[in-house]
Amino acid sequence: MVRKLFIVCIAALTWAMPTLAGEAPTVAEDPALEARVTKLSEELRCLVCQNQSLADSHAELAQDLKNQVREMLKQGMTEQQVVAFLVQRYGDFVLYRPPVKSTTWLLWLGPFLLLIGGLALFIFKLKRRRPIQPLTPGEHAVAEALLGGKEKSR
Amino acid sequence: MRRFLFPLVAFLILIGFFAAGLRLNPREVPSPLIGKPAPAFRLTQLHNPGASISPEDMKGKVWLLNVWASWCVSCRQEHPVLLQYSQTLPIVGLDYKDERAAGIAWLKDLGDPYLMSAFDSDGRVGIDYGVYGVPETFVIDKQGVVRYKHIGPLTPTALEKNILPLVKELDGA
Repeated sequence: MVRKLFIVCIAALTWAMPTLAGEAPTVAEDPALEARVTKLSEELRCLVCQNQSLADSHAELAQDLKNQVREMLKQGMTEQQVVAFLVQRYGDFVLYRPPVKSTTWLLWLGPFLLLIGGLALFIFKLKRRRPIQPLTPGEHAVAEALLGGKEKSR
Repeated sequence: MRRFLFPLVAFLILIGFFAAGLRLNPREVPSPLIGKPAPAFRLTQLHNPGASISPEDMKGKVWLLNVWASWCVSCRQEHPVLLQYSQTLPIVGLDYKDERAAGIAWLKDLGDPYLMSAFDSDGRVGIDYGVYGVPETFVIDKQGVVRYKHIGPLTPTALEKNILPLVKELDGA
């Protein structure tokens, strides 16, 4: 019974496949162009689902923007021009790699500042550590007695 | 005691960052259009495919461009607010990525707060305006410069606090 149901389900799925395939986004006739579109859309953020790139996102806006990118590249615009087009409309937020400017210097340099700070703190602590003193003969005798005793007890 | 001072200070700084971060709305992406001329377009009117509409038509007036769609759930929530303020504010609608019949039916059912409605079926004008989530509302001044953008449904509070004072100020200018 279960098996039969399973087969029916699979059959239903295979039947549904072509309809799903029909909804797939526009397949470019030109693979080279499509590769450029994909490469560029991986660098661009989808504004609807903000932690996805345009390439990953299936939001309708992402599809539209990808189509827009494809069209502009097809018209012979360079990658920089396409990016400028999008930044003009959506701001630097669309870029996964924000430009280095006065408002983003903390973002770019912050990690290095933290690293330098951490290293400085580490070196400072190391320097302040008291050097290890060699054992005095008395201490040495005590240590030996302790170790010797331990060995005997084994 | 002193050895705890540094971690404590670091912790407090971190808490400060988190507190500030929690207050920000990540969905509100500042628009680069503010202070720039509103992107030009010429679209057909929603109710009349033969007639066109352009921001040029509104030159000399302070007006609101409200981007909406019949498939947009938050627009339904916003709609009564628009109707309430449609007497005091000139609002132009931009029906974004919609079916013409659905858009017309929506306005017929819920009431039409718009002076005019433009019909942007493929969302091209939406892209020019950096629209990423309807509803969005732009305040455009007499010279056709975008002065303010509100993302998400307009609320009476947002209107009274931000938009109405701005419109009043721009109207006086």
